[in-house]
Amino acid sequence: MSGSRPRVVVLDYGSGNVHSAVKALERAGADVELTADRKAALEADGLLVPGVGAFAAVMESLTSARGGEVVDKRLAGGRPVLGICVGMQVMFDRGVERGLEADGLGEWPGTVTQLDAPVLPHMGWNTVEPDAGSTLFDGIEDERFYFVHSYAASDWTLTVDPPFPQPHLTWATHGQRFLAAVENGPLTATQFHPEKSGDAGIRLLSNWLGSL
Amino acid sequence: MSLAVRVIPCLDVADGRVVKGVNFQNLADAGDPVELASRYAAQGADEITFLDVTATVESRDTTYEVVTATAEQVFVPLTVGGGIRSTEDVARLLGSGADKVGVNSAAIRRPELVGEIADRFGAQVVVLSLDVTRADTTPSGFVVTTHGGRTVTRIDALEWAREAIERGAGELLVNSIDADGTKDGFDLELITAMRSVSSVPVIASGGAGRTEHFAPAISAGADAVLAASVFHSGQLSIGDVKSAMQAEGIGVRS
Repeated sequence: MSGSRPRVVVLDYGSGNVHSAVKALERAGADVELTADRKAALEADGLLVPGVGAFAAVMESLTSARGGEVVDKRLAGGRPVLGICVGMQVMFDRGVERGLEADGLGEWPGTVTQLDAPVLPHMGWNTVEPDAGSTLFDGIEDERFYFVHSYAASDWTLTVDPPFPQPHLTWATHGQRFLAAVENGPLTATQFHPEKSGDAGIRLLSNWLGSL
Repeated sequence: MSLAVRVIPCLDVADGRVVKGVNFQNLADAGDPVELASRYAAQGADEITFLDVTATVESRDTTYEVVTATAEQVFVPLTVGGGIRSTEDVARLLGSGADKVGVNSAAIRRPELVGEIADRFGAQVVVLSLDVTRADTTPSGFVVTTHGGRTVTRIDALEWAREAIERGAGELLVNSIDADGTKDGFDLELITAMRSVSSVPVIASGGAGRTEHFAPAISAGADAVLAASVFHSGQLSIGDVKSAMQAEGIGVRS
């Protein structure tokens, strides 16, 4: 009950391994609740949207849990949301996997497509090129993060006009360049798994918690 | 800079304990999987693999508890192999905190299992584990074995790898029965052959004895290297292995 710890809800909509996300956020300094309860998800200081598996399957589970509404409402009110892995991908307009096209939440323009690389999935620890001024990567230099995915967003087309702050885009390369992380107002997302990225990942989560 | 080569220690777990002696100094309990996994993660292990060698179905419950306890403290990916026969087994393991599962003999008996797991949880969850030896009975000269190499099948190892990838395997763990235990180095011929048919990452296993054995496995086409006894005995540390590879110009996570 330490009053200064931010309260974070990890959205429990039936997506793969969320255990680690809960434990890593606790390690990073949050009070964490794993729940699908909409009221709790709306009221928390931060909402984490995990995502493991196929884009269309994640969207289907997310939609049946009315997760999209929660994300929309939070963002409309400027309340922070963090998407991880496929939880990042679904923030875009649509995803194409194995030739199947599915609608995403449409928070950002663009399509998530298969990486053009000789070996897929892109699995393991890769370097990233953080944007100067990034909050997420503040104090984190020359660290690698754990990726496991075959699809990604590789274009950023959203233009943000002043006085709104420009999004911070962080890139990585596997066969081609793709978005490793985006910080756009209250909506933050990482293609890699900070909860599986050792000390660097905990530090990054702690940076996100610091921004809540 | 690009993707780092992964170094993966493998721990055999039975009835909630690590079996096969692990000789580290200053361990409170040499058989505690959580303590050992934390130790390896602190040394720079890029992933941890548990091989569940539990003999009975009942004692599998303790494996789930071990996975949960480990995932609470160790923030690197965790793969669990051994005894996985159904998507329900996979659901329980992932629910306990595992990130990937290794399937071996059950997939040989029923190849559909690979696709079932991939369809429900994604290809990245499925690590197809192959124990391979040489035989002149198959086109490639490599054959799949079961029961730790004691039973030789008639399945061509390269054909099986191809088929499993098509069915949805996201990674291959290739263990050379011929090199295993020799400490003479990885089976480079086998790694090269597997790389030639694999579009997914290849983990090389079997034969590591010295730090200089690792770089050639990478040059032969492996994306990751897995070892057990050389790490457990204290003969090599994860750091030693990474330094040796780095000296050969191979990217590792420091």
